[in-house]
Amino acid sequence: MSDPNEVTRRTVLAGSAAAAGIAATPAIAKETHRKASARMTPQMPVSLTVNGKAETLTLDPRVTLLDALREHLHLTGSKKGCDHGQCGACTVIVNGRRINSCLTLAVMHEGDDVTTIEGLGSPEKLHPMQAAFVKHDGFQCGYCTPGQICSSVAMLGEIQAGIPSHVTDDLMRVGFSDAEVRERMSGNICRCAAYPNIVAAIREVHEA
Amino acid sequence: MRPFTYERAASAQAAAQAAIAHPGAKFIAGGTNLLDLMKLQIETPTHLIDVNHLGLDRIEKTGDGGLRIGAHVRNTDLAADKTVRRDYAVLSRALVSGASGQLRNKATTAGNLLQRTRCPYFYDTSKPCNKRKPGTGCAAIGGFSRNLAILGVSEACIATHPSDMAVAMRLLDATIETVNPQGITRAIPIAQFHRLPGDTPHIETVLQPGELITGVVLPKPLGGRHVYRKVRDRASYAFANVSVAAVIGDGFQRLAFGGLAHKPWRVEAAESLSGANAIADAVLAGARPTPLNQFKTTLTRRTLAAVLREAQA
Repeated sequence: MSDPNEVTRRTVLAGSAAAAGIAATPAIAKETHRKASARMTPQMPVSLTVNGKAETLTLDPRVTLLDALREHLHLTGSKKGCDHGQCGACTVIVNGRRINSCLTLAVMHEGDDVTTIEGLGSPEKLHPMQAAFVKHDGFQCGYCTPGQICSSVAMLGEIQAGIPSHVTDDLMRVGFSDAEVRERMSGNICRCAAYPNIVAAIREVHEA
Repeated sequence: MRPFTYERAASAQAAAQAAIAHPGAKFIAGGTNLLDLMKLQIETPTHLIDVNHLGLDRIEKTGDGGLRIGAHVRNTDLAADKTVRRDYAVLSRALVSGASGQLRNKATTAGNLLQRTRCPYFYDTSKPCNKRKPGTGCAAIGGFSRNLAILGVSEACIATHPSDMAVAMRLLDATIETVNPQGITRAIPIAQFHRLPGDTPHIETVLQPGELITGVVLPKPLGGRHVYRKVRDRASYAFANVSVAAVIGDGFQRLAFGGLAHKPWRVEAAESLSGANAIADAVLAGARPTPLNQFKTTLTRRTLAAVLREAQA
């Protein structure tokens, strides 16, 4: 694990949230209320494979797959943007398919095989799609990027599998084009509008 | 989300029985609409019955040349199925015009039929809504009604049904198969499945308590040219302002419309007419648009004209 003395953005945020809690009693009351209501819901076990590793968690059934990944397994690569399936920042690959991890309950994924951005590549060994995003500047702030990359990896598989899209001219003949990429990636929003570079990165991986 | 308990159903009838045994229970399949609404506390089920493992995920030919689609076939798989692409292209086209790739990978056939309206006042819990909270009134009438219904509306509700898939299924005369807690099955023609709002807009279908959709059956293929045209505020990943589904063959035409009403809209009597204007007059008869969605009448005419031109080209 990382150096406990290292200050990361996460620890800074956690620290400031605690400080805010001390300053404002309603926040403490809210937290107590949250814990009380959590006690009323029976916890449930769920076993799934995440990035090749078997994991067993005991969860409130309300916990989404996204929150299980981030808050329970500490895989914070997958991001919570809108939490309503509109932005795509939470996109992960489950049993080979890209989905919005914010719109599914963790307990519904018993036995499933989940791949997050951490499972695609590492800083030492980037996935080709990660390398292409870096090369083509397929991001600015980077918040949507893990979702964009998980989505684009699975999306190329969908083209390969012959799954049509809204811009496919002949439903029986599915192929790669920039227009196909733009349509198929419409569930991943980039607030910095790095779209042209994202398309270029995906095209490079497709052509490789 | 409010607290709830969760179970995984072992059979369709067991799921239906569990729904009766737990007042306030809901079935969950893809969950893409239900969980969204639960996070906003618009849906507050006390018990969720996971119906994803009932084996209702297959597409198979029926004895009379039609197609049976399992209730939990994902939108992606239905759109990509070779028979659907070849023989029911309008359905494939409708499916890929909706939502995003991620959502279509999760969303199911039955869930798509049962999805709730996207009326902004249904989503805004600070506003009255007869659909969300019966008897509270309708903030949409006189409100921002730009993308709401113009046909089949009532004094209680002007919400639209947001599905594209259902419009194509209405065109194809699909039948919805269900099972109830007693194990009794029934087949509901899609024309009778969705209700108009009337004074009970919170009751959206003819399904009875505990009744579970098990599949959708399409009659044998119609042949002809298949077109689905969707007009929306952006090019992708948006709900329809107006959509037109068409199958046009030798000596027949079928037309169904989305974005106009509380259910997919089809006027069979209009299909024997010729020319976009005459057909549109018949389809739009009785329309009660608001000043903000009056544009939908013109948009319907023009979209229909474009679809007829495309289908006859």
